[in-house]
Amino acid sequence: MAPYDELIHRVERRTADYIGCIDDGALERWPALFMEDGLYRIVTRENHARGLPASLLYCRGQGMMHDRVAALRRANIYEPHVYRHLVAGTRLIREEPAGGWRFSTNFQVIRTMHTGEMVVFAVGVYDDVLVEREGVLVFAEKTVVCDSSRIDTLLVIPL
Amino acid sequence: MSKTTTTELTFHWPALGVSRVPYQVFTDPALYACEQARIFRGDVWHWVGLEVETPAPGDFTTQWIGDTPVIMIRDTQGVMKVFVNRCAHRGAMLCVDQRGQTKQFTCVYHNWSFDLDGRLRGVAFRHGVRNQGGLPPDFDFAAHGLQRLRVEVLHGLVFATFSAHVVPLADWFGPRMTAHIARIFQRPIRLLGSYSQFMHNNWKLYMENVKDTYHASILHLFLTTFGLNRLSMEGGLETSPCGGHHLSWSKRTAEQMAGTEYTQGTLRAMQQDFRLADPRVVQTWPEFPDGVTNAIQGIFPNFVVQQIQNSLAVRLMVPRGVDACELHWVLFGYADDTPEQTEMRLLQSNLVGPAGLVSMEDGMIGSWIQRTIAQDPDQTAVLEMGGRAIPSHGSRVSEASVRGFWQAYRTVMDV
Repeated sequence: MAPYDELIHRVERRTADYIGCIDDGALERWPALFMEDGLYRIVTRENHARGLPASLLYCRGQGMMHDRVAALRRANIYEPHVYRHLVAGTRLIREEPAGGWRFSTNFQVIRTMHTGEMVVFAVGVYDDVLVEREGVLVFAEKTVVCDSSRIDTLLVIPL
Repeated sequence: MSKTTTTELTFHWPALGVSRVPYQVFTDPALYACEQARIFRGDVWHWVGLEVETPAPGDFTTQWIGDTPVIMIRDTQGVMKVFVNRCAHRGAMLCVDQRGQTKQFTCVYHNWSFDLDGRLRGVAFRHGVRNQGGLPPDFDFAAHGLQRLRVEVLHGLVFATFSAHVVPLADWFGPRMTAHIARIFQRPIRLLGSYSQFMHNNWKLYMENVKDTYHASILHLFLTTFGLNRLSMEGGLETSPCGGHHLSWSKRTAEQMAGTEYTQGTLRAMQQDFRLADPRVVQTWPEFPDGVTNAIQGIFPNFVVQQIQNSLAVRLMVPRGVDACELHWVLFGYADDTPEQTEMRLLQSNLVGPAGLVSMEDGMIGSWIQRTIAQDPDQTAVLEMGGRAIPSHGSRVSEASVRGFWQAYRTVMDV
């Protein structure tokens, strides 16, 4: 396999781990997919394009990610629902000067409520920076860019 | 009251007044239609945007006043104008984009064009082709401009109204509400971003929620457990004389929690053993000299000014039919914020919005009501916390400003 294809394949496997952990409800494992000081943000395509910095959700480091999971388990009130992620089109954007690579991957999330109601909850692109640590790819940054600026009801499970 | 509606209402408010709210107000399509006429096109001011969004002549944004699409634009003289976003020819929407820059409005359908004062300036094939067809020679251009609304700007907030009769904006707010807007918009702001939250409930259920100081530290664990806003803090709840506007505030540093339900282990929202691994999300700095750390202002009918610690935002609640609505959030800081202050605002914005650790539940709770009430239009909600009137007082263990909303609603709707 050519080096580029092999790299893409490794990123696709890592992304499969990522979405599997969310869709299976194993959210306690989610922060470990990031660097300890990794960045996780959910933003809208419009704010992103306008250079406006506000996020829908903004975690700097694994601590804040663990806090999000703890809040989702203990603090926040919402109706039971699950996600199913579909991802496609992973491509290398560039090698990062600080190390690692920037990749882009399209995603779609279908939300199924406890009532059985299903909606396309979010569609967009993962703007990811992955670095290699001890032979494993981890996320240094993951910016979830949602095509729509409108969120249905609430967003509690990470995308 | 506006006389523009022909809707015949079969609706009577309960004899107990604003301490009861009949569920019909959240489910009746006839009332919804009447609201469009009497509230959204009636003698009421409506927020349409921030001046900072349109800094240069020709900059525009689009917005909704109820079900009516409008354009807010800065004209060539720098004056803010608001028009119905509809061509005066056949009714097509003029501006589909949420924002942009233009020298004139040109309808894509038949190329009719309007200047930034809304005057009709050009009509495609006005004289026909080789003197065949075209407009009649006596067609009156002056009578076919865009529908223009009355506009006033207060501390950078742009408001518009369809009414020729409603009092000037500052009188509509009154001195107390105006002073609070001046407090928040004291110096130039910087936009941080915007998004919206779609809710499956009548728009008024959200406005009740915003004005309900009783629920905040019961439903929202984050406010309570992390001491951002508890009813035991020094605070106040003020309502305007009309009832429609309110201001609730609290001071994080001034609290007497001993001897309240917060320390008795009976509230789900108070979990003493809940610790944050990274407390930067709730790290704040005292930014206002008055010491107020939490202030929510609700302006009738559907506008909110928010200070949750250092998270500043305005919110506009747009009805989307009788059982749906969309809450638009605009987050901001100040133009002279340091990078560190901006970063703290951005981290605190985790508390608000559709994914807000504090506010996400508000996107859902209205739909829990909407689902139960459809078959019981005559039954009522009960609003007796803090009495049955709408006084301003120190206690926020109160539904006074919710009752105030309904008092203003009844006045404007004549119900």
